[in-house]
Amino acid sequence: MQIFDLFLLEAVVNGVLLGGILALLALGLNLIFGVIDVVWICYAELIMVGMYAVYYLHTMFGWPLWLAFPASVALVAVLGTALHQLVIRPVLSAEPINQLLVTGGVLFFLQGVATLAFGVEFKNLGVQLPPLHLGELYLSSARLIAFAVALGGMVAMYLFLKRTYLGTAIRAISQDRAVMPLMGVDPRRIFLTTSALGGALAGLAACLLVLQYDIHPAIGLSFGPVAFLVCVLGGLGNMIGGFAAAFIFAEFISIGGYFLDLDWGYVIAFLFFIAVMFFRPRGLFGGKA
Amino acid sequence: MLAMRNVNAGYGSFRALFDVSLEVKAGETVAVIGPNGAGKTTLLRVISRLIDATSGQMTMEGEPLDRVPPHEVISRGIAHVPEHRRLFPRLSVEDNLRMGAFIAPARAQFKRRLELVYQLFPRMQERRRQLAGTLSGGEQQMCAIGRALMSGPKLLLLDEPSAGLAPVVVQSIFEAVRTMSAEGYTVLIVEQNIRQVLRVAQRGYLLETGRIHATGTSEQLLATGAVKQAYLGM
Repeated sequence: MQIFDLFLLEAVVNGVLLGGILALLALGLNLIFGVIDVVWICYAELIMVGMYAVYYLHTMFGWPLWLAFPASVALVAVLGTALHQLVIRPVLSAEPINQLLVTGGVLFFLQGVATLAFGVEFKNLGVQLPPLHLGELYLSSARLIAFAVALGGMVAMYLFLKRTYLGTAIRAISQDRAVMPLMGVDPRRIFLTTSALGGALAGLAACLLVLQYDIHPAIGLSFGPVAFLVCVLGGLGNMIGGFAAAFIFAEFISIGGYFLDLDWGYVIAFLFFIAVMFFRPRGLFGGKA
Repeated sequence: MLAMRNVNAGYGSFRALFDVSLEVKAGETVAVIGPNGAGKTTLLRVISRLIDATSGQMTMEGEPLDRVPPHEVISRGIAHVPEHRRLFPRLSVEDNLRMGAFIAPARAQFKRRLELVYQLFPRMQERRRQLAGTLSGGEQQMCAIGRALMSGPKLLLLDEPSAGLAPVVVQSIFEAVRTMSAEGYTVLIVEQNIRQVLRVAQRGYLLETGRIHATGTSEQLLATGAVKQAYLGM
């Protein structure tokens, strides 16, 4: 008779690790929505592009990972500003449904381009990190690294938003866009900066996910809907809420997966999501006003 | 310091200002008085370049202001406290003040000017960690004025600072304007509260239906028939 179940503990820890990466995904979406008021439905496809970037820079061009990673983050950041400039800006004052449709269009566009350019076969970075033994616990080091880096990225973002002038302006602009020029702030510049940051967060997620998953053009569908649900669960635009919701959601997946099996874990998590939507349609922690 | 010559402006086909000419000299406190809808807010929005003048000239310290993008007006030394104060309700008082110091030259002076604002409005120091949206109306007005002062402006534009405030609070706001005036700030203040504002301003303009109808020192304006009849009920 065991007092506590080692595998249950492992499931809980894995849930925490998954929660970290989900929180990172949610942060990018929430940042964009909170500031620009547009949901980047194609957010996970930016991650897909970032994963391909790491893969090709590393395997084809022989760049070391420490160089391929920051280069990919920068690339996706640039992609974020391009997305804003070319796609979002023209529809900034359009109906929300149209904004959803254009970013949805970008989702299929990026998937299509990836399929044409890279083919449909799965690609693997080929980097195998040895698992970590912690007492009797076996943990994936890729997941541990992902968790630590995601957490670090989120703390850095938090400090940036709280402590710097630019970060304060990013928080301010979501509350009153029209008054910003009186502060000497060009709203267009803040939107571009925010889009670059959102892209950089997607790029960072790509670097962490490429260590754990094979790459294919539809990989975004594995993260996109989940990231979006986490945002809605935490209250769309509420960054702290999204952070907490990511861990709640991940534990549902992980512990549910432990008691039944992994797919059932997702089913239970989605059921929980639907139940929350019935009782708290603005999310567990309330969304942006 | 600020000069406007024959400025016309409006929204779409609606004209709000007709051939407005006015001047503010360094160190002066100048009032623009007039009823609701006279174009007072529009006048300040034209100066801040939030809306374009359709014709006429504007200069700040001799430099043309007409083509300056709105977010660069503050770098020319003009800070605008807008109608309804427009604080960032979910930022703390101190973060609101930080936004006032956003432009590069102001950032280096942040600490020093924060002290000055806290001296002028000690209440702001007490409430510095509180969200601006939870302040009382008078405190919000203090915060909005403080935010404008954080840029170290040469000219301060105040849009109806007394609007919606209790009489006692109005007194303390005008007291602050008087203090700023005494400390050498140059202020252009738009008000419906004519008696009060003419007590702190040296000069004024009467704006009605988009036109300047009278101008002069505060005493002269108070003695003007039109002002007496229409606004002071004498």
